[in-house]
Amino acid sequence: MTSATLTSGATLGSQRVSEDVRYHEDAIRLFVIAAVFWGVVGFLAGTFIALQLAFPALNLGLEWTSFGRLRPVHTSAVIFAFGGNVLFATSLYSVQRTCRQHLFGGEGLAKFIFWNYNVFIVLAALSYVLGYTQGKEYAEPEWILDLYLTVTWVLYAVQFIGTVMTRRESHIYVANWFFMAFILTVAILHIGNNVNVPVSLFGMKSYTFVSGVQSAMVQWWYGHNAVGFFLTAGFLGIMYYFVPKRAERPVYSYRLSIVHFWTLIFLYIWAGPHHLHYTSLPDWAQTLGMTFSVMLWMPSWGGMINGIMTLSGAWDKLRTDPVLRFLVTSVAFYGMSTFEGPLMSVKPVNALSHYTDWTVGHVHSGALGWVAFVSFGAIYFLVPVLWKRSQLYSMRLVSYHFWTATIGIVLYITAMWVSGIMQGLMWRAYDNLGFLQYSFVETVAAMHPFYVIRAMGGVLFLTGALIMVYNLWRTAKGDVRIEKPYVTTPHKATVGAA
Amino acid sequence: MDLDSITVMLRSFWTVWLMLLLTGILVYAMWPGNRRTFDDAAQIPLKDDGQEL
Repeated sequence: MTSATLTSGATLGSQRVSEDVRYHEDAIRLFVIAAVFWGVVGFLAGTFIALQLAFPALNLGLEWTSFGRLRPVHTSAVIFAFGGNVLFATSLYSVQRTCRQHLFGGEGLAKFIFWNYNVFIVLAALSYVLGYTQGKEYAEPEWILDLYLTVTWVLYAVQFIGTVMTRRESHIYVANWFFMAFILTVAILHIGNNVNVPVSLFGMKSYTFVSGVQSAMVQWWYGHNAVGFFLTAGFLGIMYYFVPKRAERPVYSYRLSIVHFWTLIFLYIWAGPHHLHYTSLPDWAQTLGMTFSVMLWMPSWGGMINGIMTLSGAWDKLRTDPVLRFLVTSVAFYGMSTFEGPLMSVKPVNALSHYTDWTVGHVHSGALGWVAFVSFGAIYFLVPVLWKRSQLYSMRLVSYHFWTATIGIVLYITAMWVSGIMQGLMWRAYDNLGFLQYSFVETVAAMHPFYVIRAMGGVLFLTGALIMVYNLWRTAKGDVRIEKPYVTTPHKATVGAA
Repeated sequence: MDLDSITVMLRSFWTVWLMLLLTGILVYAMWPGNRRTFDDAAQIPLKDDGQEL
């Protein structure tokens, strides 16, 4: 596939080019390796802290291994280390192909970004374990690491946008719009939420510049848009390139993709206040956040329909191509969690769900089902291409990974729904004298079985990821597993059976 | 009326301006004359893959 060359004098947009397009792939291989490595680390950390919640003895009585310190290691590892490296790999891979141009700044800049970003990840994880944190969810790294990340991120923006600006394709493909929105908005969010005053020039400790409810609002403006632009817009860029690529058909409606992009961009930025329902945030701001969250349902589902309907006329590929199954199932999970999210942002629903495990379940249906599945699909697509192999080591193993991980997710989210709603109902239960019916510790005891089920879901998800590691390792080595192949057309299957 | 007060007056209608901008984008996306352009754009990922450096 990659060895194919453009025929001389091919028409590209309005231009004619006669030379071959040569793409940079060394740094992208590094990003893929790092993504798979950090994925396993992040899932392992998540499974371990899930077990800590079920069996507190696993905190080991040490400050460095306590839940409070390991939890940001898990969230940062999966979101920024796994998700981030996936986004670097996929965006820098697809931008070259959709722009017919090699990377602006070349392989050197891409590798520089790679090492800087991954050193940042290691430093951030170490700092959490040692007890340094800003105490802001998903923005835990202290001020000096924030500055370091800012430099890396600006270089990434230069490389990506530079490639788009020097493109040889007249139109900017929709995936690149999503990637650019992700890069620019994450830069603004990161800087906006990390305006801090260091206590001393050589110390780690700092305090936020804004305080009180304004600080909370800035944090959730950041936090929700980290979900909206890092975990949604960025991964939608993956969807709009890799789903058509794998299905070998154009996106269902390019017009809908433009509408999807702009409506998502216009609405998402306002949804943050739904994290602060029934707090000292002014009521009008809470209602604003709720209203925009409910409106977000429309672009989200427009995008989901666009992604899934891309398979229109080729549904049989879901049966014969487990990689495409990962990609399409991820879009279905995107639809499911973007339906649940607006529902939970409605104030009376939030009164029940907030601060409970329902929120944790919702996040994981999005993070495991949407973000991780679309990433797995893209990684399975990329590894044979980047390592110059004609196929994956085993498609059957991809299918085993798919089912193991899917059962893991189902165990996780159903356990958290039951646990979360039960927790919410127990917290608000009064006896006939007007006293709270349950003490807090009674709700914790009631949640124990669900914590065990959730941890089992995590074990299955991690097992699936390890199957993927083995499969990718053998693929990179050039091995092909001897197995029953997937029959490509239903007609042949009928003939074979007869 | 000086420029500052005109600016302040216009800024107070920002939701209207944003709505007009979004409407313009939707009209552009749905404009029948743009169909060819968008059909071509949808084919971009499916074109030839080029060569590694």
